[in-house]
Amino acid sequence: MTDSKYFTTTKKGEIFELKAELNSDKKEKKKEAVKKVIASMTVGKDVSALFPDVVNCMQTDNLELKKLVYLYLMNYAKSQPDMAIMAVNTFVKDCEDPNPLIRALAVRTMGCIRVDKITEYLCEPLRKCLKDEDPYVRKTAAVCVAKLHDINAQLVEDQGFLDTLKDLISDSNPMVVANAVAALSEIAESHPNSNLLDLNPQSINKLLTALNECTEWGQIFILDCLANYTPRDDRESQSICERVTPRLSHANSAVVLSAVKVLMKFMEMLPKDLDYYGTLLKKLAPPLVTLLSAEPELQYVALRNINLIVQKRPEILKHEMKVFFVKYNDPIYVKLEKLDIMIRLASQANIAQVLAELKEYATEVDVDFVRKAVRAIGRCAIKVEQSAERCVSTLLDLIQTKVNYVVQEAIVVIKDIFRKYPNKYESVIATLCENLDSLDEPEARAAMIWIVGEYAERIDNADELLESFLEGFHDESTQVQLQLLTAIVKLFLKKPTETQELVQQVLSLATQDSDNPDLRDRGYIYWRLLSTDPVAAKEVVLAEKPLISEETDLIEPTLLEELICHIGTLASVYHKPPSAFVEGSRGVMHKRLPARTGSCNILIMSKLNSSLLSPQLGGDIGGSPAMGAGFGAAPTVMPASLNAPVGGGLGDLFDLGGGVGMPMGAYIPPKTVWLPAMKAKGLEISGTFARRAGVIQMELVLTNKAMSVMTDFAIQFNRNSFGLAPAGPLQVLTPLGPNQTIEVSLPLSTVGPVMKMDPLNNLQVAVKNNIDVFYFSCQYPISMLFVEDGKMERQVFLATWKDIPNDNESQFQIQDCHLNSEAASNKLQGSNIFTIAKRTVEGQDMLYMSIKLSNGIWVLAELKVQAGNPNYTISLKCRAPEVSQCVFQCYEAVLKN
Amino acid sequence: MSASAIFILDLKGKVLISRNYMGNMDMNKVDHFMPIMMRMEEDADSSPLVTHGSAHFLWIKHRNLYLVAMTKKNANAALVYSFLYKMVEVFKEYFKELEEESIRDNFVTVYELMDEVMDFGFPQTTDSKILQEYITQQGHKLDVGAPRPPATVTNAVSWRSEGIKYRKNEVFMDVIESVNLLVSATGSVLRSEIVGSIKLKVVLSGMPELRLGLNDKVLFEITGREKSKTVELEDVKFHQCVRLSRFENDRTISFIPPDGESELMSYRLNTTVSRTHTHTRVHTSPLLHVNLLSSVCQVKPLIWIESVIEKFSHSRVEIKVKARSQFKSRSTANNVAIMVPVPSDVDSPKFKTSTGSCKYLPEKSAVQWNIKSFPGGKEYMMRAHFGLPSVESTELEGRRPITVNFEIPYFTVSGIQVRYLKIIEKSGYEALPWVRYITQSGDYQLRTN
Repeated sequence: MTDSKYFTTTKKGEIFELKAELNSDKKEKKKEAVKKVIASMTVGKDVSALFPDVVNCMQTDNLELKKLVYLYLMNYAKSQPDMAIMAVNTFVKDCEDPNPLIRALAVRTMGCIRVDKITEYLCEPLRKCLKDEDPYVRKTAAVCVAKLHDINAQLVEDQGFLDTLKDLISDSNPMVVANAVAALSEIAESHPNSNLLDLNPQSINKLLTALNECTEWGQIFILDCLANYTPRDDRESQSICERVTPRLSHANSAVVLSAVKVLMKFMEMLPKDLDYYGTLLKKLAPPLVTLLSAEPELQYVALRNINLIVQKRPEILKHEMKVFFVKYNDPIYVKLEKLDIMIRLASQANIAQVLAELKEYATEVDVDFVRKAVRAIGRCAIKVEQSAERCVSTLLDLIQTKVNYVVQEAIVVIKDIFRKYPNKYESVIATLCENLDSLDEPEARAAMIWIVGEYAERIDNADELLESFLEGFHDESTQVQLQLLTAIVKLFLKKPTETQELVQQVLSLATQDSDNPDLRDRGYIYWRLLSTDPVAAKEVVLAEKPLISEETDLIEPTLLEELICHIGTLASVYHKPPSAFVEGSRGVMHKRLPARTGSCNILIMSKLNSSLLSPQLGGDIGGSPAMGAGFGAAPTVMPASLNAPVGGGLGDLFDLGGGVGMPMGAYIPPKTVWLPAMKAKGLEISGTFARRAGVIQMELVLTNKAMSVMTDFAIQFNRNSFGLAPAGPLQVLTPLGPNQTIEVSLPLSTVGPVMKMDPLNNLQVAVKNNIDVFYFSCQYPISMLFVEDGKMERQVFLATWKDIPNDNESQFQIQDCHLNSEAASNKLQGSNIFTIAKRTVEGQDMLYMSIKLSNGIWVLAELKVQAGNPNYTISLKCRAPEVSQCVFQCYEAVLKN
Repeated sequence: MSASAIFILDLKGKVLISRNYMGNMDMNKVDHFMPIMMRMEEDADSSPLVTHGSAHFLWIKHRNLYLVAMTKKNANAALVYSFLYKMVEVFKEYFKELEEESIRDNFVTVYELMDEVMDFGFPQTTDSKILQEYITQQGHKLDVGAPRPPATVTNAVSWRSEGIKYRKNEVFMDVIESVNLLVSATGSVLRSEIVGSIKLKVVLSGMPELRLGLNDKVLFEITGREKSKTVELEDVKFHQCVRLSRFENDRTISFIPPDGESELMSYRLNTTVSRTHTHTRVHTSPLLHVNLLSSVCQVKPLIWIESVIEKFSHSRVEIKVKARSQFKSRSTANNVAIMVPVPSDVDSPKFKTSTGSCKYLPEKSAVQWNIKSFPGGKEYMMRAHFGLPSVESTELEGRRPITVNFEIPYFTVSGIQVRYLKIIEKSGYEALPWVRYITQSGDYQLRTN
């Protein structure tokens, strides 16, 4: 007899009938009725009306029935919160049942009922279950803490469950340990700086021991958790790697990938000349290759990750090109990924084989795949110079097939080859021109037009060819129009006598008949250039082009590092940081690879610096640099009607740049001497702290006042209140000679170990050089820790202000400040103190401000400014009132400087 | 960490059953899944990971079902896919086959299993033998012996329960090697690899400790017995039960086996580069088998195919295929099936073969040439002739490869041998291990012109 019979009732009075059955005295009938209810629920019928009747069946001695009722509760409790309370008693009772299966079932289910009133009752049973004698119950309770935290984080903290959970990491049972680790990791994800996991060599050791004993899933939890740890030095790093490598032989692909993640990350700390480093590299290749025998979905995840690994450490798989050869029956998503990796691995040594394969693929039928294969041939030509000729001839062969999309794709890549190797392959232009008519894709048309324009002097009928495109100018896409405009101007500059008419025609099409601003702008610029100074025009339009780079689609190094830390996860599949696709993760620390300890690692530092610069550049000048230059003086030929609005618009834009809206930059205290030369055998250190583009920097000035040369500088911090730690080594690359001074800027992270200091902003620093180790302490302005996304929503501000008890409020006076409220607000914003609202009451401005610290603590402020009164009053409210004093000091420093 | 919810959908996208594990996402979001899939299908696109807004769907397909995990976090994707496949395995062991009908017929058990195998997105126990000890398919009354969670669930040995008893203690081992081959249209071997698997059927009482000895090259090097014939395994993967650290240290394969059938290990050897190997023949026999004959030879593709496929547009297709067995004549390949692709619009097939029989399979657009028994060192021919319609089909057809299926019993192409299997149980019983070797085709493809 199967369960399918429960789905079959479709009579009209169904709910009514079920109600009667649920209230039947006969146990068997009751159970049948509940099954029917669950069956209805399964097919999506709303059976919430039966809530009280089903809950009545909860107290049963039948396990199957109990499970069904629990299932029902999980589904409908949220829609019937008041009635759900009826179930609490049974839950609490079941949590004390002699059978551990029932106890676990009850605590598991209760955690899934996301109703506040129920959660309150969950605490006591949960506390007991966390200490239950049966590991099955404890492992279930451990997960329940994470569930509860998701519903009510404060409650979990207040009840001390986090500490109990931490204790479970030392539990004697491996499954309990694994679930506790999983739960803590999950909780820590929403509290990035909470240091919940408190990983240290002792706890790491415990985890590594548990790794050998728990289930495959538990192993993944532990490995993923290990990947968040930063070993103290290369020796610790190596010893962890040694204990993780056996996991590479696990049958479960997910275990293997998580192990690869840990190894890829910790390898970063190993010196490259270490024998073990080489051994490890060799050990990584075979398991990565084996992942390609897994199920297709897992192959896909593996390939996306291999793509990252190949970019980060090409040496691991450089001899494994053949395993990425495409099989006929591979799913398309596997084929495309394999192709991508093949190109990355292509080198002079294997290019012949790669090309033979690519040629094979280019004659397949799957359009996307074929296109990508053709493109790949072009990329090979650009990447491996020795192969360029063979690639070009392969592409010509493919053009001969006359398969439309193959031809178009080939022309697009040939354009790039021309750019990479100028004056080498132009003999093929004739063949390309034969296919002009068959090009119907904008990219291919644009590429062909570019080729004609670029080599106009060698193509006899270039003017005819370009003219033929001009006929349908307005039907072309912007890409083609722009290219056509440029090509004809190039042609004109090369053969001015016979093409005057053509250039007039295209300029007027572009400037007068088009409503595309980009096209118009370019048209005007050419027009003006040509009419005022043809020589300059030649220099601009026919300028030598920069070479195109070999690897076109490499992932930017900082992103690559972050993605390596996320191996196996969705981020590694999307090749995007989690903050790009996970809601509410914006403030979360980006994961980074650990820096090498000991001697300076220039490579990482330079990567770091470039990453600091790039976002700024992207935002500030990424727009259209040509704009300003082109319109500095309006060209005389420009129609007057256009002149005014455009000019005005730009003026407005420029106004923004220096206007009131812009923050003024963060306050940086002046440098002070931290370590006098007397105390440090001749080394004097002064410095200050700054926050630039979201990165905290310690700016140091090292002066050698001794007689001998100083070398081998390194720096370390003691644990401190906000987990400040150097994000890289101290960069003193050249020895510091006597009487020499060097300025160093050291980026800091806030993920170091935390210990409360007194005063709170105190930092104890150790600096080492070839002579000795020196210690000093300094204080940083807490404003360095104010993060950029510290602007609170108005509503949230109001609620939070009310929510924080009045005892936590502190008031300060700032005297002798002569700014008006607006200027004050601007100045403060430069230091990430954001004004959320302003209210004026009886000539007194009240500014409401919010600040967020790097560890997630919010500080709310109310600043009272009275016109003509140089004394401000400030009230600060914060859940951690001990920071208030430091925050006040910052206000004072920022406003007065 | 992984999944907020898991759904089982039918082919039309209707939810058959689901489980909301984290309660942090709207369960109705799954309604977007199938429309996205259909749009992708229209574009001839496909991805095991699809997105709708903040929801990410990771899916696998099994028969007429989609198993879909939904998440909004940066989930461990490898874990999710691996878990979905594990779920399929569990359901199959419970219901024989996982399909729409078996879910409807057993929905109560399915719910129970879904509750047990994952909690709040964290996979828990997924060993179906252990699950069967406490999730059974009949109802229970608490007072009359409701099941308790077996200690095994949380134990370090989470795959074998205590107290198993058999009258006769035996272990059956199957060493199965699959040959993956990829040959270019010009006849050069692009890739050739062996994926081996050692499967166990364990009929042993108590908690036996087993140790498996193979002629593993690395092991022999460690122990200084380099003269013997050995096999260099490029990569090895083990069942959860094998102590990985021990293997890493001294290459010892030691374990407490799961009861019944399981895959103990798998291994991979790349044979693209010519290498030497041993040719082994072993009869099913109590373990003391001897490496009867070992002659050194190259790993040539076991069955080599040469083909000429000539297409005369609007008139006919002529196919000539030559198959040669490149292993010792004392071995025999059984059930050889050679699939030769033909255009989809051919008609009136005619065949001639020197051995075996041919069949035209219109649904696969292929000719299947079957040879029941193909001894080593032989060569056979097949000719096929098809008509082509005078109107040419406009559809472009890919050049599909020739594929070959076969199996060769009593033979491992790598030369791997089980040297011993030591079984120690505290009650001191004697147990017999049995070993069987077989080589078969894996992904065996030869591209055509």
